[in-house]
Amino acid sequence: MNFDYTEEQTLLDNMVTSFVRDNYDWDTRCNIVKSEEGWKEENWKQFADLGLLGVPFDEAYGGLGGKSADLMIVMEQFGKGLVVEPYLPTVILAGGLISKLGSEEQKNSIIPKIISGNVRCAFAYAEPQSRFDLNDVKTSALLNGDDYVLNGFKSVVFGAGMASHLIISARTDGDQRSESGITLFIVDTKSDGLTLQNYPTIDEYRASEVIIENLKVSKDNVLGEVNMAYDAIEEIVDISTIAACSEAVGILQVLKDSTTEYCKNRKQFGQSIAKNQVIQHRLVDMMIEYEQAKSILYMAVTADLSNSDERRKAVSAAKARIGKAIKFVGESAIQLHGGMGVVDEYMVSHYFKRATMIGVLFGNTDYHMKRYMTLTQSGISSSDEAISVSVT
Amino acid sequence: MDTAFSNEDLKFQNEIRDFIKTNYPQELRDSINSKRKLGKELSREDLTAWHKILGKHNGWSAPSWPKQYGGAEFTPTQKYIFEQECAKAECQYIMPFGINMVGPVIYTFGNEEQKAQHLPGILSGEVFWCQGYSEPGSGSDLASLKTSAVKEGDYYIVNGQKTWTTMAQYADWIFCLVRTNPEAEKPQQGISFLLIDMKTPGVTVRPIKLMDGSHEVNETWFDNVKVPVENLIGQENMGWTYAKFLLAHERSGIAGVARSKKAIERIKQIASSEMSYGEPLIQDPAFKAKIAAAELELSALEYTELRTLAKDSAGKGPGPESSLLKIKGTDIQQAVTELAMEAVGYYANPHLGTTLSNEYVGPDYATNLSGTYFNFRKASIYGGSNEIQRNIIAKMVLGL
Repeated sequence: MNFDYTEEQTLLDNMVTSFVRDNYDWDTRCNIVKSEEGWKEENWKQFADLGLLGVPFDEAYGGLGGKSADLMIVMEQFGKGLVVEPYLPTVILAGGLISKLGSEEQKNSIIPKIISGNVRCAFAYAEPQSRFDLNDVKTSALLNGDDYVLNGFKSVVFGAGMASHLIISARTDGDQRSESGITLFIVDTKSDGLTLQNYPTIDEYRASEVIIENLKVSKDNVLGEVNMAYDAIEEIVDISTIAACSEAVGILQVLKDSTTEYCKNRKQFGQSIAKNQVIQHRLVDMMIEYEQAKSILYMAVTADLSNSDERRKAVSAAKARIGKAIKFVGESAIQLHGGMGVVDEYMVSHYFKRATMIGVLFGNTDYHMKRYMTLTQSGISSSDEAISVSVT
Repeated sequence: MDTAFSNEDLKFQNEIRDFIKTNYPQELRDSINSKRKLGKELSREDLTAWHKILGKHNGWSAPSWPKQYGGAEFTPTQKYIFEQECAKAECQYIMPFGINMVGPVIYTFGNEEQKAQHLPGILSGEVFWCQGYSEPGSGSDLASLKTSAVKEGDYYIVNGQKTWTTMAQYADWIFCLVRTNPEAEKPQQGISFLLIDMKTPGVTVRPIKLMDGSHEVNETWFDNVKVPVENLIGQENMGWTYAKFLLAHERSGIAGVARSKKAIERIKQIASSEMSYGEPLIQDPAFKAKIAAAELELSALEYTELRTLAKDSAGKGPGPESSLLKIKGTDIQQAVTELAMEAVGYYANPHLGTTLSNEYVGPDYATNLSGTYFNFRKASIYGGSNEIQRNIIAKMVLGL
């Protein structure tokens, strides 16, 4: 029983921590998010040099063979620095799908390029009507000779504007909400038939609406088996959800620590406002929420993710619980910062905004609560044993 | 990061399971269950029978005591497993006053005679202890306590009143914080730690009835009680140090995770039997959501406890984080007792086992769930109220 990092993990943690410290001070970050591109290519090159882009990939393709715990370490530190480069979309989400479903040929041709920093990917799955349902896919793909022709619309695709490639989910069979009949295609972002409408998000990341009109994709660029992509999508989105939760935990730590510091320094009525018990208890409750969030993240990271029911349950438990912590810690941080909390200039609001948007990412608290309940509360039978109750 | 138990731990877990299966008496289970259902007071025998059985087996009644004093000296992980297995099997919990509280104070600060006199009886469960800390005017502000002990020759003459003395009605001994120096500069500096035989003339115990009708706590009065000076622990006026040690010493299991898990399991079973809108209550979206919320909180708390445990195993010792376990653990216990009461609808009403009615009504599983809910409001108040726990974290962890 231990929650210590291995030696390799400690090195990884130190490496990402120093990257954030040396390359991501607040002013630098402000310039990055205000820039036309919304990210910094130099940072991406540095990720490649540091080996960060290879963390989750199999060693056979030049990766480090890392697990969820390793991704947790990276994302937690990225969260602390509000790092906007598209690591989650490229490495964890799209990279995860390619690792899971790609043919040997596809893996050999793409993964090394992701690791070297030359290819960035985004995963276009959500649609205006789908909300968080991964099975709700209207975008169609029809086979015409050796090509598929895709038509449809994808919403809020994170990192698409920075990507060289998109992975698109489209329906090749079944009705709009059927789990079977979904197929993944990997396409060049500059393909004819693909229009990207890029925009900044409220938390200063970048996303795109993707309009797909008669997009021709060769059969060779189908990722995995035709009609059978759903299980892999769900699994990789789950793994990515743990990564998002890790980022959130990093952010919550900053919110809790910086708010505690702020309250110690802020003086009113001739004394530090942290002398007021009403403030102290709010800070303690923020700390408790942070610790509980971190604990349930550890639960998810150490769960048996190879068992799909176990994985679903753990991921939804973590996302729902961390969503609750995000709301409490985030809103409290703003409240305790007073006027400084609500201005754009001071950093606390930026952490709050990012954490809140992570709350939405891959399904919000209610969404995951419902999934958790469906997984844990079916099949309870009253006749299993004679009930005699003592609750104490 | 590794949360799997080692093979040795798993072997240990099996050993505990087997031991409980073979040795936990069915009569004890029946006796306690039937009394609980009627909200009746547990007897001294009910409270100590399991303790006595464990006391005869490799010091298992004292999981954290050193072997030298007859304890089991479990590793933190073993302690965790032991508590989990006992909770899963719904074993009666061991009264904490001897084993977790005064025992460690005696073997840490007591002299050889005191160790020889008291430790064996605590270990075996033959001697029943209670705690004399709180007074009517000293709750959260414990250091303001007034019960006085004035040295006269070979005796301290003790006068005053303690309150909330849990199970004093059965106790053979009480460990007390008393004021030996009323002139000390700070209130904490004039306090001593005294062991008092409950049979000494001048000690009077009066019951306090809680809102569920139960008798767990008492007022304990001291009227010119003569206590031999040999019963002073450590040095005079150093009692506050020992009291703080005691508070920090044994906090494992404070969160009650395993017992709350068991309770949620029960609630799910009840909610499968209870009907609402023509469907099992367990299908009701609002109720289901509350159960799920409790489960998530508990799952997070379990890992908070494991993290504390891992820190403890690494010899870093549990710090003021144990306040967090207390706050969250009791929050969940209260949520769970409320859900159980809520699950049985109208059958939360009957108050059985009073002198007015001694018969069962309603479903077997519903009895006394409201009593337990009302009783458990105590959890966020005792052991340092949850507000005081927040003060502790604010000071010790956040440095405010």
